[in-house]
Amino acid sequence: MAVLLLAEVTDGALAVDATAKAVTAAAALGEVTVLCAGASAKAAADEAAKIEGVAKVLCAEDAALSHRLAEPTAALIVSLAGDYSHIVAPGTTDAKNIIPRVAALLDVMVISEVTGVVDADTFERPIYAGNAIQTVKSGDATKVMTIRTAGFDAAGMDGSASVETIGAAADPALSEWVEDKVAESDRPELTSAGVVVSGGRGVGSEEDFALIEKLADKLGAAVGASRAAVDSGYAPNDWQVGQTGKVVAPDLYVAVGISGAIQHLAGMKDSKIIVAINKDEEAPIFQVADFGLVADLFDAVPELTEKL
Amino acid sequence: MKVIVPVKRVIDYNVKVRVKADGTGVDLANVKMSMNPFDEIAVEEAIRLREAGKVEEVVAVSIGVKQAQETLRTALAMGADRAILVVAADDVHTDIEPLAVAKILAGIVKEENPDLVICGKQAIDNDMNATGQMLSALLGWSQATFASEVNLDGDSAIVTREVDGGLQTIKVKTPTIISVDLRLNEPRYASLPNIMKAKKKPLDEKTPADYGVDVTPRLTVVSTSEPATRQAGIIVGSVDELVEKLKEAGAV
Repeated sequence: MAVLLLAEVTDGALAVDATAKAVTAAAALGEVTVLCAGASAKAAADEAAKIEGVAKVLCAEDAALSHRLAEPTAALIVSLAGDYSHIVAPGTTDAKNIIPRVAALLDVMVISEVTGVVDADTFERPIYAGNAIQTVKSGDATKVMTIRTAGFDAAGMDGSASVETIGAAADPALSEWVEDKVAESDRPELTSAGVVVSGGRGVGSEEDFALIEKLADKLGAAVGASRAAVDSGYAPNDWQVGQTGKVVAPDLYVAVGISGAIQHLAGMKDSKIIVAINKDEEAPIFQVADFGLVADLFDAVPELTEKL
Repeated sequence: MKVIVPVKRVIDYNVKVRVKADGTGVDLANVKMSMNPFDEIAVEEAIRLREAGKVEEVVAVSIGVKQAQETLRTALAMGADRAILVVAADDVHTDIEPLAVAKILAGIVKEENPDLVICGKQAIDNDMNATGQMLSALLGWSQATFASEVNLDGDSAIVTREVDGGLQTIKVKTPTIISVDLRLNEPRYASLPNIMKAKKKPLDEKTPADYGVDVTPRLTVVSTSEPATRQAGIIVGSVDELVEKLKEAGAV
C-alpha cells in the first residue's frame, strides 16, 4: 500500500498542523509520500520532510500551480496516481476543491472528511453534519479522500525524508487567479481556532455583538454566531456555526445567548469543552454544555471578560 | 444563456436526525423533506441572473426518488423555467452517490448545452461536497467552488470563493460549474400565485439508463451509528465559579 498525500501549501508555506495530522491518518494506510505543489514549494517540501512517518516528499514547482487552482493541481495528482493505492489530503477548502475533481478523473468515488480509518478500504465519516457516523467500504481501485484533521494528533517533526523535484502536468488553462483577501481580523480563523465564542439571538443587536467580540479577544478566540443571530442581522453570515454554516470543534466553545437549536448543535457539539450562558434555564444548549451559567448575558459576559 | 441548477431533496434542516435501529442509515420515513439549503441559494442565483437579463432559461434538475418532483416544483415556484427529474431510486433511503449524479448531470449537459451549471456546495445529508467538482472534471470544464460572489463577463466568470481564512477571487472560462456557499444570496420564498403557476411548468421524467449511467454505489455502507453523546455537565452559580471551573479544566 502506498499513499500520496497532498500537503496544504499556501503561498509557498506549509500548513504544518493540518498536514502533520493528515500524515497520522495516512500512515495507518501505508507508506506516505507527501506532494508539495505551488509556484514555490521547496521550503514547504523541506518542512514536510521533517514530519515523522513521511517516506518521501515530491516537490512540484510551476507557475500554473500557484494559488492551488483546482484544474492544474488535479491534473498533477492524476499524473502521479498510478503509483498509489490511496490519495489523501487534509480537509481544507483547497483540498475540498481539488480532491473530488481528482476522484472523478480517476472514475472513483471520493470519501470526504474521514474521521476514522478502520482498514485500508473502510473508513468512518460524519454525515448529517455529524449527527450520524457512517462506516463505508470502498470497492474502488484507488481510494481518494479528505481527512477531517480535528480527530487526529499531529505527527512529530523528527523525520528526515528525501525530497524529489518533479515537473507539473500540462495546465488545462481553464482558470486564473485574480486576488486573495485574507480576512482583516486579527482573530484566528473560525474552523481551526482553539477557542470560539459565539453569540445568538439573545445578544439582541449588531451593536451588542461587541460584548461577544470583547470576550473573544480576551480569550484569543474566533467569533461565531448562531443562524438566528445571522438571520436577525446581528452578525455576518461567515460567522455562522451550524449545519448550514461552519462545523467547528475547538478546545473551548462559549455559547452566549444561544438556545441550542438542532442545527446549531450540529456545528459545535464535538467541541472539547462547551460553556453556555443563557438566561433561560430550559434552553437545550445546557444539555450539551459542560459548564452552564443561567444569567443575563449583559451582566455575565462583561464580568467574565474582566475576570479571565 | 442557459443555466442548469441541480437540486436535492434532503431531510429538512430543522428536523432531528434519527439513526435507524438496525444501523442501515438514517430514518427518512415520514420525515419532513425540503430542498437542500445550498441548492436554494443556487436556484436563487440563477433566477437573479435571468432577472438581470444575463440568462434566458433556468432548468432545474433533480436525481433521486420520484418524490423529488416536489423539490423541483419548489424550484419552479421560485422561478425556474422547467425541470428534469431523473428517477434513480425507489426507496427514499437510497442515496445516489455524487459520482453517479455527476455522470447523469454530464449526460444532461450534453443534451441541453448550458453555459453554466450552478449547484449547492454540498448536500446536508451525505455532506460529500463533491458533485460540482466531479461534474466539472467529467466535462473537462473549469470550476469555481464555494462562491460568495458571481459576475458573468463575456466568455468568463469572475467568482469570489469562500476559502479557509478569507476570500479568493478567480476568473474561470465558461462554460463553467459554480458551486455556491452561504453568503452568495438570501433565497426568496415562493409566493402562493407562483406555487400555483409552477404546477403548470414543464417537468420531464427520465431514468439513469437514458444517459447510460450505472448508479450502483462504489461505497458500501457497513454501518451507521449515533455519534458519541455528550453528557450534560454542571450548572455553575456565578461567573467566579465558571472561571474557577475553566481554570481547573485547563481551558483558560
